Amino acid sequence: MNVTQRLADLAPNRRGFMRGLLSGAAVTVALPFLDCFLNANGTALASGAPLPTRFGTWFWGCGLTPGRWEPKQRGAGYTMPDELTMLSPYADQLSIFSGFKTFLDGNGLTPHQSGQRGIITGTTGKEPDPSIDVLIADATGPNTRFRSLEVSPMGNPNNTISRRSNSIINAAEASPMALYARLFGAEFQDPNAADFKPDPRIMAEKSVLSAIKDSREKLSGQLGAADKARLDEYFTSLRQIEQQMTIELQKPEPLAACTKAEKPNEKPVGTDVETTFANHKLFAQILAHALACDQTRVMNISYTDGASSLRKVGEPTTQHIHTHEDPIDDKLGYQPGAAYFENQIMLGFATLLETLKSVKEGDGTLLDRTVVMALSECGYAKQHTLESIPVFLAGGKGSGKIKTGIHVAAAGEPGTRIGLTVQQCLGLSVNSWGVGSMRTARPLTELFV
Amino acid sequence: MASKGKLLFGGVALLIVAGAAVIAFPELTGQKAKKPADISSIAGGPTVLRRLTQTQYQHVIADVFGNDITIGGRFEPDIRDSGLIEVGAGKVSVPASGLEQYGKMARSISVQVFDKAHRDSMVGCKPASPNAPDDNCAGQFVSQVGRLLYRRPLTQEETANLVKGAADATKTVGNFYGGLQITLTTMLQAPQFLFNWETSVADRSHPGQFTLNAYSKASRLSFFLWNSAPDDMLLTAAEKGELDTKAGFTRQVDRMLVSPRLEAGARAYFADMFNFDGFNNLSKDPTIYPKYSFGLATDAQEQTLRTVSNHLLVKDGDYRDLFTTRDTFMSRQLGAVYSIPVPKDAPGAMPDGWQPYSFPAGDPRSGILMQVSFLALHSHPGRTSPTLRGKALRETILCQKVPDPPGNVNFNVVQDTKNPAYKTVRQRLEAHRTQPTCTGCHKMMDPIGLSLENFDSIGTYRAGENGSAIDASGEIDGVKFDSAEGLGKAIHDHPATTACLVNRLYAYAVGRQPTKSETEWLRADLGKGFAADGYKFKPLMRRIAISDVFFRVIAPDPETRPTRQASLQGAAQ
Repeated sequence: MNVTQRLADLAPNRRGFMRGLLSGAAVTVALPFLDCFLNANGTALASGAPLPTRFGTWFWGCGLTPGRWEPKQRGAGYTMPDELTMLSPYADQLSIFSGFKTFLDGNGLTPHQSGQRGIITGTTGKEPDPSIDVLIADATGPNTRFRSLEVSPMGNPNNTISRRSNSIINAAEASPMALYARLFGAEFQDPNAADFKPDPRIMAEKSVLSAIKDSREKLSGQLGAADKARLDEYFTSLRQIEQQMTIELQKPEPLAACTKAEKPNEKPVGTDVETTFANHKLFAQILAHALACDQTRVMNISYTDGASSLRKVGEPTTQHIHTHEDPIDDKLGYQPGAAYFENQIMLGFATLLETLKSVKEGDGTLLDRTVVMALSECGYAKQHTLESIPVFLAGGKGSGKIKTGIHVAAAGEPGTRIGLTVQQCLGLSVNSWGVGSMRTARPLTELFV
Repeated sequence: MASKGKLLFGGVALLIVAGAAVIAFPELTGQKAKKPADISSIAGGPTVLRRLTQTQYQHVIADVFGNDITIGGRFEPDIRDSGLIEVGAGKVSVPASGLEQYGKMARSISVQVFDKAHRDSMVGCKPASPNAPDDNCAGQFVSQVGRLLYRRPLTQEETANLVKGAADATKTVGNFYGGLQITLTTMLQAPQFLFNWETSVADRSHPGQFTLNAYSKASRLSFFLWNSAPDDMLLTAAEKGELDTKAGFTRQVDRMLVSPRLEAGARAYFADMFNFDGFNNLSKDPTIYPKYSFGLATDAQEQTLRTVSNHLLVKDGDYRDLFTTRDTFMSRQLGAVYSIPVPKDAPGAMPDGWQPYSFPAGDPRSGILMQVSFLALHSHPGRTSPTLRGKALRETILCQKVPDPPGNVNFNVVQDTKNPAYKTVRQRLEAHRTQPTCTGCHKMMDPIGLSLENFDSIGTYRAGENGSAIDASGEIDGVKFDSAEGLGKAIHDHPATTACLVNRLYAYAVGRQPTKSETEWLRADLGKGFAADGYKFKPLMRRIAISDVFFRVIAPDPETRPTRQASLQGAAQ
């Protein structure tokens, strides 16, 4: 990637410069020669490289009511269905996928999990393939401070769909304050600051890390294959931490769209619709700043858990229980209790899109350069079906990489076709993806630019 | 009582659900128990690389640096496998975001270790100059602390690398202690610290077999009994070869069993077995249950752990009596849920606000299943769930697996919680159980949980629901009862109760599912010993620790040995 190359080219000079500075205490220096990094109108980096395209997943549990969310028309210009009216302002950025499913190939169903695992990892139940965000982060994000960021608006670190393997599960940040501190605390280097102050503590820590790295071979030699793989995963993580330190010690490239997020106040954590909505909004704002400041290019939001614990304030019954137990209303033809929560969840999703759209970047907005894959884990929660699991792709209109605003209707196709398409659009060299009946080599070409 | 239980259980040997046998009690089918297994033929399992659990990390930091060190930061969530976090610990690694968090915690610990209050007692030497590297003093510090953190002496190479790191860091920050502090930060992120390592060696007393080396023995034993790293005495015993002799090893086991640290170890085991980590993500609706809070949840766990610890360790009681005992402990906050006054000046009140309490005869509560911890943990946020309670009892107390519900179930018979015909949970569940696809599994769970319906979602007693009296009758594996007390007695007498403890405690001790031959040995040999001891817990721990099986491992060569999955196949649940 050009941006990366540009940074790499600059690194030796800057490191040499800093070594001089670090021999004593930390000092503040101005680096005016870096100000020419952005081109005149801010549509690209000064090097000529385009602004980065980001990727996100947005997960919710218990699906949507079949028949209420699928557009009647295929292709572009579809009419927004009843259950998705709050997404109308983003219709030109929203592609809807209906009729895509997860095949289990005879493996057991883990209710409220299997459906999602199939679509984002390509598994039929057993094989621990990495989730799509990890594949994309490995390919596009290794030079950002954070490989990816995961959050749980319900405040549960286990609410995450991001996984490298069975032994590496990327836990979610449970509090907006903690996420803020991670991103914009003392280690944050403002890309637009005139002054740059490298932290000698980070420099020293980075040098001592080599004492750990040097022990790798000896430690690894004692282990059987399975444990060795887990130790390798540890060292992969260590490399990422080292990379993070390297980035924190460099003067970052200026980014016009980057401003520090507002520090959130401590908020109660809870699983009711109001608390979840409020915490998600805070998370969305912080994440938008993180993307604009190029602290990460990949984010994962799990709005609810799979068997959604979302509930109305003061009412005992969760969304999950509603989907199983509510009677179908004779006149409406669906479960109004369950539909209420689906509506609330889609309002949450609209808030994310609104937040991304509100950040101006170059001649567009952050939403134009962010592709968000939203998905649930079942077609009809009442019956735990894996047919027609709702999947959306939102954003990315200005990235020049993917077509947006399309309804793609399939009839029982593997949901991996969507993920394969996204990977190819974002420039990953991959021809096929998934295992067993989830394996596909057929991208959805209607999304290709 | 025991014979009555046996008679009643005799009729139910096998439960068939959806065509698949899910639970089998071979000892109940009338088939004769096999001869005790030949110990020398028992195959050990593989060595296990376990990531320190949250509580282990906390215990080790407190043991090495002192109780006053606070640990700030988010732990990587522990993963449960085969019913235990301690088994899950052998299957996880550390993601980058997790290592970032370990780094944050390490930094905050190091800052405290090197503050004025701690520094001089932690660093036993003075540098020649406060602003320059001193390899001797740095070497002394990293060897001493490293031995406790890595649970073995550091290799020369490890020491040399750390001393060089300390020198580099000292030069960068311009301060000896600052450099050493950063070195400690790094050691606390090292895989040697974050993982519990096991190294195998040829077993000299059993040619052809393999055992753990002395330091790995020390760690396995120490994490089993104390849930913490070996102390100086145990490491010294390892160094002197004492752990490789029966007498020397037994001496250490007996020393550790009478140590006050045993309580922390036993509590850690039961917190794991009872899934108390689930409280981290448990929420109750505050408008329905204003008494529920983080403090109440903490006290609820504490109550059960105090009950267990008092009954098993202090009184040396029979494990089965935990399900019938009326003796427990109360805090003021719990008193509000139990509707029991907890006056500060009551006789027996302890300085920490807790006091012993016995439910009087006739009170509906007895045993740990009727305590707030079990009742609240296995309920929905705003209402009870006999299904969740029944499932939890099957899985955590009896070590039985309840299958997941199938996909694409057609719920044609809908439940309406406002339907006047179905006022109670029992009535609604019975309507649900008329579904043939649901009935198989629900009949394993619901009749257990229904007997606990007198206790609401946070464990408060209630006589009725929606104006209807609660019928607390229930059934488990052919044993019928008409109250929660009857459930406690049935669990007391259920053979799976004690078999489960033996099996799970062993899995906890070795950090993996028992192998097939170990399972046989646990059933035939250890299970009998447990019964002969009157189902006492400490003797069971001792039996496991000093058995010839505890340290046995399979050949270490990664080329020749089967993968872990293959070697564990066939291990009984």
